[in-house]
Amino acid sequence: MPTPLPKSIDDTLKLLTSADYVADRSLATALYLSLAMQRPLFLEGEAGTGKTEIAKVVAQSLGRDLIRLQCYEGLDIAQAAYEWNYPRQMIEIRMAEAEGVKSREGLEQDIFSDRFLVRRALLRALQPLGAPPVLLIDELDRTDEPFEAYLLEVLSDWQITVPEIGTIRAAEPPIVVITSNRTREIHDAVKRRCFYHWVDYPDARRELEILKRKAPKASAALSREVVAFVQRLRGVDLFKLPGVAETIDWANCLVALDKLALDPETVNNTLGVLLKYQDDIERIAGDEAARLVNEAKSAAATA
Amino acid sequence: MLPPLEAAASRGKLAENVMHFARLLRAAGLRVGPDRVVDCVRALEIAGTDRRDDWYWTMSAVLLSREEQRPVFDQAFRLFWRDPKLTEKMMQLLLPKTYGRTPKPEEQQSQRLTDALFGQKKPEEQPEEQKVEMDAHLTFSSREVLQRMDFDTMSAAELAEAKKMIRQLRLPLPVIRTRRHTPDPRGARVHLRATLRESLREGGDVIPLVRARPVEVHPPLVVLCDISGSMNPYARMFLHFLHALTNDRDRVHTFVFGTRLTNITRQLRHRDVDVAMTRVADAIKDWSGGTRIGVCLRDFNWRWARRLLGQNACVLLVSDGLDREAGEGLAEEMERLAKSCRYLVWLNPLLRYDRFEAKPAGVRAMLPHVDLFLPVHNLKSLVDLAHTLGRPLTRKMEKIAWK
Repeated sequence: MPTPLPKSIDDTLKLLTSADYVADRSLATALYLSLAMQRPLFLEGEAGTGKTEIAKVVAQSLGRDLIRLQCYEGLDIAQAAYEWNYPRQMIEIRMAEAEGVKSREGLEQDIFSDRFLVRRALLRALQPLGAPPVLLIDELDRTDEPFEAYLLEVLSDWQITVPEIGTIRAAEPPIVVITSNRTREIHDAVKRRCFYHWVDYPDARRELEILKRKAPKASAALSREVVAFVQRLRGVDLFKLPGVAETIDWANCLVALDKLALDPETVNNTLGVLLKYQDDIERIAGDEAARLVNEAKSAAATA
Repeated sequence: MLPPLEAAASRGKLAENVMHFARLLRAAGLRVGPDRVVDCVRALEIAGTDRRDDWYWTMSAVLLSREEQRPVFDQAFRLFWRDPKLTEKMMQLLLPKTYGRTPKPEEQQSQRLTDALFGQKKPEEQPEEQKVEMDAHLTFSSREVLQRMDFDTMSAAELAEAKKMIRQLRLPLPVIRTRRHTPDPRGARVHLRATLRESLREGGDVIPLVRARPVEVHPPLVVLCDISGSMNPYARMFLHFLHALTNDRDRVHTFVFGTRLTNITRQLRHRDVDVAMTRVADAIKDWSGGTRIGVCLRDFNWRWARRLLGQNACVLLVSDGLDREAGEGLAEEMERLAKSCRYLVWLNPLLRYDRFEAKPAGVRAMLPHVDLFLPVHNLKSLVDLAHTLGRPLTRKMEKIAWK
């Protein structure tokens, strides 16, 4: 059962919080605007900062279906929007032949009709069964520019043109969330149709709140130390900084190891959960980790 | 953290103020079209204007399109929504310069204008990053010859030759296959959609097969060009080549490095080669200085590699491999670079000497990681290379064994 859209920025914030997503006001503002003005929300940020999660949370809390389009290089209309069901079309032609149907026009209209259309994510989002769904176009930067150009028609007019049939228009536009890891710049033509939001790493207070919800088994003291450690780690010049997802994983991992507090040895052993590049691990493991643990402990104690 | 809103932000004057604000942003180099201004006014009405931070984040959601624009946006926001009168005065200062002389202000210019503008009015808001950068320069300025590139010294004959060559140039890099298909009578695949349409033309009795082949495109190209003193005779001509290349196709990114890395893609985008070269000359601060290949590659790997080397990018490294720091840390960075891109080509001007040997430490550190090692002492050698490189771009794994 779809719930009504939030009526204000405060409502949006409450909605996200009720679904266990700890958002800051800037995100709530962008989300509220995109819901109210029926525009796509364009989320950009480093990996593991919770971009995809936003779409899931919105779908869940508003009681809408989530249609996810994972982008990859070479993604084309056949996989993203629609495809004709060729085997069935072939059979149809043979059947018509067997029945002795001679009208070419009739056959053409028959073959290229709605029945033979295989709906993929974009088309399903425009023609939902119930309320407008949440369409998540994930990691748009992984596709190539031609696909971006194709998206323009969908995102600005909420329609898809199938040459054989005509234009299919959405009765009510879906809620669209686009994410990008910024492995390349998305063209301005796409961006200007969207509301832009940069998803940054959370500050200590918000990250602690996230841990409380996403890793409830971790003790309060451990959570504080974990957050303080990760926050310090983000200050080091690393190739890939740990995101919120890594923080949550790490906290859960420490809980599984029955740790109640950080110690340098455990940190060294579990550093692979936080850092994903060998260079980074080499740099942090050992003295640097011990130093950061001490700092984090004293910071957590005074907090 | 945000200044209180003035009464000018009331509904009556809202649209007008937003319009002025957008003009200020535009003058500062942000691409804010009239459509976004309209959106912004609507968004502000929807979001409500009671809270200052809502006001800020609403505008940021509508008017920004990348995070890098935020510092400029912040400055403009602080300045504009504090005292509109002040801004009007400044717009007057700004407008004759931007709109009077050049019809379409380029980003670079307006950035400087903005800096000058904000710097004069509010000296304490001068971005501190710049200062830090200056300090960093000073630490190794003794080794760095800060010299302005001077294209006038290129002889007329040299220039004429270069221009002639550039006209004939076709990029000597082969294409890569994509997963998309295009109709082709000799293709290996059957294009089902086209086949069915074709069969209907015949009334459905015969089904002629329409074939398709994979589409081939040029991969994104990233050029890292050495402009140190030892590369002096070649780098200049090569820049002309890069200009032709950048304007010939999309997805070309160009960096030059000597003692530091400079992104000159934007400068090279200008159609007119002379204007482009002047801008490049302005941008490059370490022309004909020393070389710190390792440091520059590391800078590239950390800052740019993940943003530019997706989509099967090829890297064209133009350098003589003579490194001031004797190849320290170079091998690691080359390895990372080679692993991040699809194909790494090293163009080396020293290769024209027959007795060139991989003696310098820098060369020895770099050589094991490149996929292709080629001469580039003049543009003609590049042209000649075009046909030898026609084969598909694949990395040969067995090559690694003997290297």
